[in-house]
Amino acid sequence: MSRNQKIGLGVGVAGLVVTLLVVILIVSNISAIASWIGFDDSGTNINGREGAIGMLLNPESRVTNVIQCSDHAGCSALWPILFAAGFALVIVTGFAYTTLLERRLLSFLQHRVGPNRVGPAGFLQPAADGVKLVFKEDLMPAGADKWVFRIAPLIKMVPVLMVAAVIPMGPDLMLPWFAPSLGDIWFQVPQGLIDSNVGILWVIAITSIATYGVVLAGWSSDNKYAMLGALRASAQMISYELSMGLALAVPVMIVGSMSFGDIINAQRNIWDWLVFQNPLAAAILIIALLAEVSRAPFDLTEAEQELTQGYMTEYSGMKFALFMMAEYIGMIAVSFVAMAAFFGGYHLWPMDGAPILAPLIFLIKVFLCLCGMIWIRATLPRIRYDRLMQFGWKVMIPLALLSVTWTAISVVLGDALGGDAYPLISGAVFVVVLAFGAIALRRLGEDETTQEAIPMEDDPMYTGERNGIGWALIHVVGVLVAIPIALINFNIRALEGMASFGRTPEEDRALESGETAITPSGGGD
Amino acid sequence: MNVIKGFATTFKHLMEEPVTVQYPEQVQKFAERYKGRHHLRRYENGLEKCIGCSLCAAACPADAIWVEAAENTDEERYSPGERYAKTYEINMLRCIFCGYCEDACPTQAIQLGHEHQMSFTDRRDAIYVKNMLIDPPAEGLEGTPRQVEPGVYTRSIPDMEDPA
Repeated sequence: MSRNQKIGLGVGVAGLVVTLLVVILIVSNISAIASWIGFDDSGTNINGREGAIGMLLNPESRVTNVIQCSDHAGCSALWPILFAAGFALVIVTGFAYTTLLERRLLSFLQHRVGPNRVGPAGFLQPAADGVKLVFKEDLMPAGADKWVFRIAPLIKMVPVLMVAAVIPMGPDLMLPWFAPSLGDIWFQVPQGLIDSNVGILWVIAITSIATYGVVLAGWSSDNKYAMLGALRASAQMISYELSMGLALAVPVMIVGSMSFGDIINAQRNIWDWLVFQNPLAAAILIIALLAEVSRAPFDLTEAEQELTQGYMTEYSGMKFALFMMAEYIGMIAVSFVAMAAFFGGYHLWPMDGAPILAPLIFLIKVFLCLCGMIWIRATLPRIRYDRLMQFGWKVMIPLALLSVTWTAISVVLGDALGGDAYPLISGAVFVVVLAFGAIALRRLGEDETTQEAIPMEDDPMYTGERNGIGWALIHVVGVLVAIPIALINFNIRALEGMASFGRTPEEDRALESGETAITPSGGGD
Repeated sequence: MNVIKGFATTFKHLMEEPVTVQYPEQVQKFAERYKGRHHLRRYENGLEKCIGCSLCAAACPADAIWVEAAENTDEERYSPGERYAKTYEINMLRCIFCGYCEDACPTQAIQLGHEHQMSFTDRRDAIYVKNMLIDPPAEGLEGTPRQVEPGVYTRSIPDMEDPA
């Protein structure tokens, strides 16, 4: 028998022994368990309770004695651990089946059939892939920096897992706890890990950390092409973070809170969804999040034709699997963020009666968002790197600023005028933005081939001339901004001058060195 | 906009049936002249067509065929004429399935059929010997070697009525 077979046999025997022990324990205590559940033959109850079945079937007996989980020492210590473990398990399984979803859906969109041999409809394909990657040889290049090489996939992987921590999966649940000594109690537990007050800030900050993993992976590979790929990937991720932050500022302005729980609760009905209040910001967020996770059409950094897998070139086996995990879990996490911020999170009408359904509804929305991402991948060609950077800085950021301005105007005027002013103003700005958008798109449609070429001596790209409405606007805006700042500076200095008018030089020096308050002696007594 | 048309196109593919052929449950039809595995054919009376001339081995660009000829006797006759192929082996790993052997054969003995599912786990198993390549005799007919009357099968190549 080979060594692996012996190990397998040992594990199998151990599992059998454990199962037998559990069964024996249950069978020997069956009467105690039955009375605990409520199936005793006495007909009356222990401690006057009805047992679990009674509670389930008798809704009025619910909600008598509610304890907040955060108030109770045991629950507040145990629940986050349990929830985190369950959540991590769900996300990792979700990652595995996201790979299958991507392969199948991409295939159907390309008029072919994806993997359908391993298990019914290919459902065991992720398992087969996992087994294959585990058995692959885990190479390390000779000149690689050993520890950085090993840690880089983790640095990419852990932040994308952490992003999902601040997004609640549902409203608070009531969990019953049957402790015979305490009687009926219901724990009110949150369906999220942390509903932080600064959830949006957390998301933006943590996604930035993933960039480190990319750069370190490329650098430690001792491969110049991997390094180039890593630099490109990190530059792309940084460029799109600005527009992502600005787009995420829009729900903050509308709802007035950075916590994801508040943002989701502000979208209880489908007509309250924030996507209808500022579709431009939603579109910008989705595009920026696609670029953050290097997903098509922004996946130049890992395109095989370009840089032979880019920063992942030298990775194989389990470390490569970790990079793939990080990418797909990133996809899932950004779907969470987009759905929570603009598309109503876990709210939908069936959920109001049964909070336990909320994660299911949220996951259905996330699933649809993932299908949308895969649809985009199937349709759009890859964007060339320089155009990608131009798009991020010259198109996305101005549009993001525009959407923030739109929401800012709507919110401020809506608050000032009260009542129904907000939707009206928002709609009016929407029309203005649409008009500008239509004009701009028509302009974009006329490319160089439809217009006469400007002779080289007049082309501003060669002469370096700075004319046109864009430059004029920048100068005007610059002057407008500079005037108040100059005035403020001037005023501060003038005020300081007035304040120091009567002070003696010793008092001046004492003030500067930060001693205790000085009573100005004044110019005279 | 063109982008919307693009999305509509890919979405349309989702609604149509995929073009994938689910092999091996569904098999695509082969063209009649598909070059698959070689067959050594027989005449209608059951004698082998192959006379062991090794023109196929000479024509083969990949040097995949090995032929050893031996003499026919009337007591033990394999093919009409003087010679037959005592040893006939094709190395399927060398063969490129070009069909030159089929073109070179003077008696139309070797022909490429439609079998394509050949797989082996050892290089030695890739060498197909004569009894793997020869067609089985038709029903009711005696196979080869057989005993025949002397003087009947003297020509290797059958008589042609109109040689022109």
